[in-house]
Amino acid sequence: MSNPAVLTGEHYMTGDEACAEGGLAAGCQFFGGYPITPATEIAEHMSSRLPQAGGTYIQMEDEIAAMASILGASWAGKKSMTSTSGPGFSLMMENIGLGICTETPCVVVNVQRAGPSTGLPTLGAQGDMMQARWGSHGHYEIIAFAPMSPQEMFYHTIEAFNLSEKYRLPVLIMSDEIIGHMSEKVIIPDAKKIKTFERVKPKGRKDRFKPYETTAYGVAPMPAAGDGYRVHITGLTHDDRGYPAMSPEAQEIMMTRLIGKIQNNLDDIIRTEQYLMDDADICIVSYGASARTAYAAVEDARRDGIKVGLLRLITVWPFPDALVQELSRRVKAFVTVEMNMGQIHREVERCACGRAQAVLVGHAGGAIIPPEKVYAALKELTLKKKK
Amino acid sequence: MAVQAKKAPSEPKHPLDDLIRTDRMPHIWCPGCGIGTVFSSCLHAMLASGIDLDKTVMVSGIGCSGRGAGYAKVDSFHTTHGRAIPFATGMKVANPDLHMIVFSGDGDLFAIGGNHFIHAARRNIDMTVICINNFNYGMTGGQVAATTPSLARTTTTPLGNPDSPFNLPLLAYASGATYVARWTMLHTREVTDSIQTCLTRKGFSFVEVLAPCPVNYGRRNKERPLDTLKMYQDKTIIKNGANPAELGVDFKKRVVLGTFVDVERPTFTETYDKLYHKE
Amino acid sequence: MDFWRVPLDAEEVIVSRGIVHFVEDRCKGCGYCIQFCPKKILQTSTRFNKKSYHPPEVTKPEECVNCHFCEIICPELAIYSVEAPGSEPGEAQQPDDAGDTCCPPVK
Repeated sequence: MSNPAVLTGEHYMTGDEACAEGGLAAGCQFFGGYPITPATEIAEHMSSRLPQAGGTYIQMEDEIAAMASILGASWAGKKSMTSTSGPGFSLMMENIGLGICTETPCVVVNVQRAGPSTGLPTLGAQGDMMQARWGSHGHYEIIAFAPMSPQEMFYHTIEAFNLSEKYRLPVLIMSDEIIGHMSEKVIIPDAKKIKTFERVKPKGRKDRFKPYETTAYGVAPMPAAGDGYRVHITGLTHDDRGYPAMSPEAQEIMMTRLIGKIQNNLDDIIRTEQYLMDDADICIVSYGASARTAYAAVEDARRDGIKVGLLRLITVWPFPDALVQELSRRVKAFVTVEMNMGQIHREVERCACGRAQAVLVGHAGGAIIPPEKVYAALKELTLKKKK
Repeated sequence: MAVQAKKAPSEPKHPLDDLIRTDRMPHIWCPGCGIGTVFSSCLHAMLASGIDLDKTVMVSGIGCSGRGAGYAKVDSFHTTHGRAIPFATGMKVANPDLHMIVFSGDGDLFAIGGNHFIHAARRNIDMTVICINNFNYGMTGGQVAATTPSLARTTTTPLGNPDSPFNLPLLAYASGATYVARWTMLHTREVTDSIQTCLTRKGFSFVEVLAPCPVNYGRRNKERPLDTLKMYQDKTIIKNGANPAELGVDFKKRVVLGTFVDVERPTFTETYDKLYHKE
Repeated sequence: MDFWRVPLDAEEVIVSRGIVHFVEDRCKGCGYCIQFCPKKILQTSTRFNKKSYHPPEVTKPEECVNCHFCEIICPELAIYSVEAPGSEPGEAQQPDDAGDTCCPPVK
């Protein structure tokens, strides 16, 4: 194999396997794992493939340790990732906050299952979307992908690593059991065709280096431990030297940087896909496995003359506020299709701001939403309009 | 005067000044706090050991002892409460060339962090863990900890501690640590020598250092700082190789200090490389 | 040092001598150095440092044997000793007061 990390070729693999292969193709060299249904296969696949690519897999004692270990590995200069599901995601929250505050690149995959609590371990849902946004304490920005196929699990993992290394924060992949466990064709291209982003390393005098002095797009270069920069990194609010700074003024400066580096680069970060939106009266908003339902529903509805289109969120966070606001001036209604009781639906409603109706087709979790349910909602909307 | 160059009276240079972030001194620890002494011993050990200080990393958790990492002029990481060890594990496993020192307190390492401690010891991750045991949670005002002596007063045990404390060397030994020692901060040279040994050996090395917490623990238990140090002088006995099961801390009887475990065992990285990275 | 029996090589042995230096503004007045100096040559001074603590002062600078114990026990890294310039064996050391303001003898 020319590059053991990139399994070039056509494969038939599960979403979990494809996610692991995506991580490898992106250059992941460390995986701190812990088993949890339905994400276990990512850890298992990594445990055998990662050492082949020169990396190390270690199974930690719990998800808290897994998340801490990938932050440590990232500061050792290695691209790192972990995977989990709902209960583990909850445990990882404190250390995700540490990753955000210390600006540590890493990727966290949540293969969602129905919750709350132990819930339905083997059945998919999308109930962690708001937790992805706000799960850790404090106010912060986060990036989260929502792949809708094993092929996308492969590509989104690479993209997640790229954004994570570029903007220096943990990036989430909000998958779910349906995508994680389904098997589909996955084409892995030649290594040369895969674009990876390598984190920017500092130059110049090591004794004058300040770890949080930012560059043009708001992110500071990141040394690795052992490079001789002798940096101090803390989860306490800190100044540009990395030293703890206990004042509201210092908090303001640090938060402006942490939030600004995402908010000022939304054009680079937000990815969405529109289907048949040019003449649509109704916009379906969906992501992940539910988007498969949505595409089917759009086809069915269009066949019956309903002018519906789809806005698919590839990155769910940051939420495409501006785009939904703009669409809300064109369409009469939004229909959010998601496997929860209305989490992204609220975001759509917020951005629609009363200009368009916002309807939810959701459920408590545990199965993919049948397209008929979405079709019924669309039908009801068109009947309402006729009245 | 031939030997000493004339310095401005206000800024003489302490021998450890190259290894501390002098722009952050004086540090935040209270007058009489034992952490500063252990920190000083640790820095002396780092210098004396001859290890590459550019490749030395200090990781800490939350608490007074956890602030130590912020004063050391090496790559240092002040992480979340109890999670210094898994952070250090990830870093060490990702780059085995780094020398990892975990410098933290008894609450951080053995209450919230207890699970991580036993697993890192079990795995024999090559790192040095220094636990400054001041018998309470000092930073938050002096609450009861897993190492607080029976019947002692703390802010959350105002009528006396109903619990029994951990025997930390026994815990470390039972978890598989390959080097276990206990000293008090008064035994500065022994602490320095122990840490120096830890830094130059391979495997999970653990040093417990008893230290006074005059403002929180000491004040509530009628121990002025010099009283505590007198106890360290009078009520301790050095018994290298003692049975870890007999190392409970009871200053009414005798507290045993010494090096109790010093064995060789393959580290995680050595075994992993043999199995998974055979080239 | 008073000996009960004088060692046979007392004339040849060079007793190390030290000079104590302070990083005054780090001192927090804990008193450990004063308590544990084996030669008992430190005491609390009456002057204040920047943080209003009383740093120690050297009472008998000629008696310092450069044991470094004050240096290694100090939690604040505020005191250290350095070796005094060499001396003849068996001779008492003269106090070095040639402009070294770091440890002024007690008046």
